[in-house]
Amino acid sequence: MRALDGVTLAIGRGEFFTLLGPSGCGKTTLLRCIAGFETPDSGRILLDGRDITQDPPHRRRVNTVFQSYALFPPSDRRPDIAFGLEMLGRPRAEVQERVARMLALVQLEALADRRPEALSGGQQQRVALARALAPQPAVLLLDEPLSALDRKLRREMQSELKRLQTETGITFVFVTHDQEEALAMSDRVGVMAEGRLLQVGTPRDIYDRPATRFVADFIGETNFLPAMAGDGLVRLRSGEVVAASPLAGPVTVAIRPEQIRLVPAEEEGVLAATLEGATYLGTDSLLRLRLRDGSSVIARLPSVPGTDAAPPPGSLVGLRPVPGAVQVLAE
Amino acid sequence: MAETPPPPPVRRRTFSATTLPGFAAVAVTVFVALYLPIATLVVFSFNAANSMSDWGGFSLRWYEAAWANRAVQEAAGRSLLIATIASLASTVLATLAALGTTRQGPFRGRMAIWGAINTPLMVPEIVTGVALLILFGTVRAWTGYQGLGYLVLAHTAFCIPFAYLPIRARLERMDRLLELAAADLYASPRRAFLRITLPLLMPGVLAGAMLAFVISLDDVIITEFVKSAGQDTLPTYMLGQFRRTLTPEVNAIATALLGLTLVLLTAFFLITRRRG
Repeated sequence: MRALDGVTLAIGRGEFFTLLGPSGCGKTTLLRCIAGFETPDSGRILLDGRDITQDPPHRRRVNTVFQSYALFPPSDRRPDIAFGLEMLGRPRAEVQERVARMLALVQLEALADRRPEALSGGQQQRVALARALAPQPAVLLLDEPLSALDRKLRREMQSELKRLQTETGITFVFVTHDQEEALAMSDRVGVMAEGRLLQVGTPRDIYDRPATRFVADFIGETNFLPAMAGDGLVRLRSGEVVAASPLAGPVTVAIRPEQIRLVPAEEEGVLAATLEGATYLGTDSLLRLRLRDGSSVIARLPSVPGTDAAPPPGSLVGLRPVPGAVQVLAE
Repeated sequence: MAETPPPPPVRRRTFSATTLPGFAAVAVTVFVALYLPIATLVVFSFNAANSMSDWGGFSLRWYEAAWANRAVQEAAGRSLLIATIASLASTVLATLAALGTTRQGPFRGRMAIWGAINTPLMVPEIVTGVALLILFGTVRAWTGYQGLGYLVLAHTAFCIPFAYLPIRARLERMDRLLELAAADLYASPRRAFLRITLPLLMPGVLAGAMLAFVISLDDVIITEFVKSAGQDTLPTYMLGQFRRTLTPEVNAIATALLGLTLVLLTAFFLITRRRG
């Protein structure tokens, strides 16, 4: 099997681009190819139009924030942040000025002189960021940098990263397996699996119009229903028409749980379903339903104070996907 | 991500050697056998009498005698000189060897090279001694050179595997990510090595150098074969004393040598135990 296969991708200057996929999908390998830690067997990598495929890492205007931070062992954090600038041979005064600016940028002025063990995970993260940003690279690569942080800190760092990217205007290529993180921060997302790039688009594109069943399944929750396409229409096995499509033959219909409305069963053009159970989750309720053709559907309904979102179990109800909610995926 | 295997079932009773009958007796015997002779040697180095078996009161006279002994001074100086040069040279070579064998990734013949580097640990010293005697004899005949170079060369050679082991262990444990990070931050391979790898490797290098120093300092067999007349090191000088009347002066020299070795070995363990 190839770690990367047929990946063609153009990332714009100043873009926040995220590579999203399960572990082992090749996203980190792709990042390492851009950084120069791996050389692809074939293909080319261009930076500002120049072929850098064969350049060693230290000749690429690309810096990396590593998953484990990889901070250098000396006792003082300033050398860490100054390292890149010193290697580039910048004058001393400029190095000191930029280090101070970087520490301010990542809000670490007071903590710069601590040993790495004495820094918390979030602070080490900031040092790693400052170190990689200090030489003003053309591209900043971030390899799951938030995965070691707890949930609350991760949220904070997400908006922090977005702010840094906007302020510096540097192109960010971010790798994660966390779809929420990808949707929250990115200008565009590339979804990868098994070394291939499945879909590239804005978070909204990816979520609302997943190109494949894998993408629909990996990002958010989705109901998958077996269906048959023909004569321009898509019908469920029970015969109900759910969408229009030029496809023909067996297809899969994907509907997000929160894009389904509950309506009276008698209404025109609804999907008839039996309510099997409901779970109250606070902000919303999860409803387990069964369609006439036997397939099960999950619907997520927002909570309304004082009233139950769901009728009693066993009720016959109608399901109406909101406009644009039904995605038809070729088998 | 690989799934973690379920933990093995907890076993109530595990085998422990300490529960075997007679364990304490054996342990005590072993420790006595190991340390009683050394303790006796050390005690009698402070003997006021001219005997290695009858105690005649405490005195430092044998230390004074050894200190004032011209032959001891020269042998000690020679020992330290050879050990210093040999440990430095072997450490440099061992560092290069360790970098070459761990940093290239697997390559053909790597096992053979590991073997070749470590063989001196296995070859009987007397074989190496005889081989060097013959080789250096020929070289002596050709060149006429009679100096300490032969001893330095021989010591450097047999010290290499001892210096190599801690350096290689350190390199294999080292996080290569830091070197990648340095390269990512525009450090050329040479500068990444000097700024990141070498400082991290330093404890291993120091430990290797110390071990090599001790090994060189204590060597008898190979030195005995390689040295020319008047090139005694401290251990071969002591060996030579056994052909004459033995006085506790030998005990005093041995105790001093033991002390120096202990200091160096303690330093070695302190350095290797502290993980970077």
